[in-house]
Amino acid sequence: MLLAQSRPFPDWEWLSRSRNVDRVIDAFMQHIELTVLAVLIGFVIAAPMAIAAVRWRPLYKPLLAFTGVLFTIPSLALFVLLIAFLNTGLTRTTSLIGLVIYTLLILFRNTAVGLDGVDPEVREAAEAMGHTRRQQLLRVELPVALPVIIAGVRIATVTTIGLVTITALIGQGGLGQLFLLGFQRRNPTALLIGFVLSVLLAVVADLALVALERGLTPWSRARTVS
Amino acid sequence: MITFDGVTKRFPDGTVGVDSLTMEIAAGEVVVLVGPSGCGKTTTMRMVNRMISPTGGTLTVNGRDVMSVDPAELRRGIGYVIQQIGLFPHRTIGENIATVPQLCGWDKARTKMRVAELVDLVGLSDGVVDRFPHQLSGGQRQRAGVARALAADPPIMLMDEPFGAVDPIVRIRLQDEFLRLQATVHKTIVFVTHDIDEAIRMGDRIAIMSQGGHLEQMDTPAQLLAEPANDFVVDFLGAERGLKRLALIPVSEVKADPGPVVSPADSAARAASVAESAGTDWVVVVDDGVLQGWVPVDGLTSAVGDLTPREFATTVDANNSLRAALDAMITSQTGVAVRISKGRRYEGILTPELLSEEII
Repeated sequence: MLLAQSRPFPDWEWLSRSRNVDRVIDAFMQHIELTVLAVLIGFVIAAPMAIAAVRWRPLYKPLLAFTGVLFTIPSLALFVLLIAFLNTGLTRTTSLIGLVIYTLLILFRNTAVGLDGVDPEVREAAEAMGHTRRQQLLRVELPVALPVIIAGVRIATVTTIGLVTITALIGQGGLGQLFLLGFQRRNPTALLIGFVLSVLLAVVADLALVALERGLTPWSRARTVS
Repeated sequence: MITFDGVTKRFPDGTVGVDSLTMEIAAGEVVVLVGPSGCGKTTTMRMVNRMISPTGGTLTVNGRDVMSVDPAELRRGIGYVIQQIGLFPHRTIGENIATVPQLCGWDKARTKMRVAELVDLVGLSDGVVDRFPHQLSGGQRQRAGVARALAADPPIMLMDEPFGAVDPIVRIRLQDEFLRLQATVHKTIVFVTHDIDEAIRMGDRIAIMSQGGHLEQMDTPAQLLAEPANDFVVDFLGAERGLKRLALIPVSEVKADPGPVVSPADSAARAASVAESAGTDWVVVVDDGVLQGWVPVDGLTSAVGDLTPREFATTVDANNSLRAALDAMITSQTGVAVRISKGRRYEGILTPELLSEEII
């Protein structure tokens, strides 16, 4: 249907018409912005939840169940619900709230699992050396858990990059707007550009996080080598 | 100095880990807490730095009640070594060792100097400082753990089965190194083990504990072996108590017998009479104070010099234990252990009778 057009495909001239290049760049930047903000806010919410859950065991299962339920809500339904009940309208806030909600499960679970995976004798040694609770968390437990936490951030980031396109339906959406354009205006070139750029973004973001992890945790890399 | 005065630990579930324990640990002393698993020895140790809080009685460390001190501060003054070591995987060995100095706010230069000093003290090579824990062998990790515990020069060390995870050969070496180290650092050490032989080797005094943290007996290893207070202690000390005691007594403690000594120039008749008065059928050949070996008297015809002396396969010196002397006896055809000093100078013989007298 899409390809039953007289236009050439890909139609690179489309890019140069009526500031379409700017549109693509804007969409791309918005995509990055929404992703970064969603993962960042998600982490700021999920990390304290995870720290609390590891310290007060009984919290772990309810929190896991809660974030798990949020994760299972179909995305379109979630945005509809948000608009209906939060009354935030077709705004960036609405899309961010939705995106953050989807990052919570992964970020919470990975952070909790990472903290939980710190060897008990490492904890014991840290305590016995005279770390305060806070020092123990910041200087020992979080750094040791970092590889697992970053693994969570990677999954959350790549997932969010995919989900951002959905928010095009509420007027946001970054590269998702190019998909809409592609469908509504029967413009396969816009579709192609949106597709390629979002895949590229996901791959680059993932590689960047891998590089970040290697830089931050040289000890963990050395472990896999030896 | 660490003082337990009626110290009790009752866990929230009602079980009593330690029941009204009273004991004193003097400054510079190694006290080994030993007993079957579940006897409360580790609980006792962990109360000293308040990893576990006592629920009754008074526990003072250098005169201060542990319950009245900030736990983090208390712990920075007490070294801690555990079997699994618990090195921080994300920090290099140097950074691991620097943990407590850093918490105490030492400046970088001082910390760095201290790390270098400790690496040397525990017998690690300088190259490990920038390595991560998983890149080290078990023995190296154990040394790093000890260095980390010693870093801020705490007067007190707590050690929970510190050599339990290494193989027996490395363990003996680490124990020897530890004793040598302790002779220079003079820490007050609470050492937990379930291995009575390790306790006997390491302890200035041993506290034998039974279920519920009851102190059955606390004494020097020699005194424990010589006069165990009750059947529990006897059982725990195990078989071969006599042998274990022999291992603790140096050869220098026993006055050696002069033995049937002849010189190579002596006649066969003289050798025969020396042997007879000593009740042996052999003589020790000593030339100008230097041990040559031994000869059987019935092989001699004219003079001692006729026969090439046979070597004593094993000899002992003043620093060997009586247990080593016993080993020399049972592996020699003569049935005695020859004591020599530097330059194979003959000092006399030890007989099984002499050892028995020492033990009984």
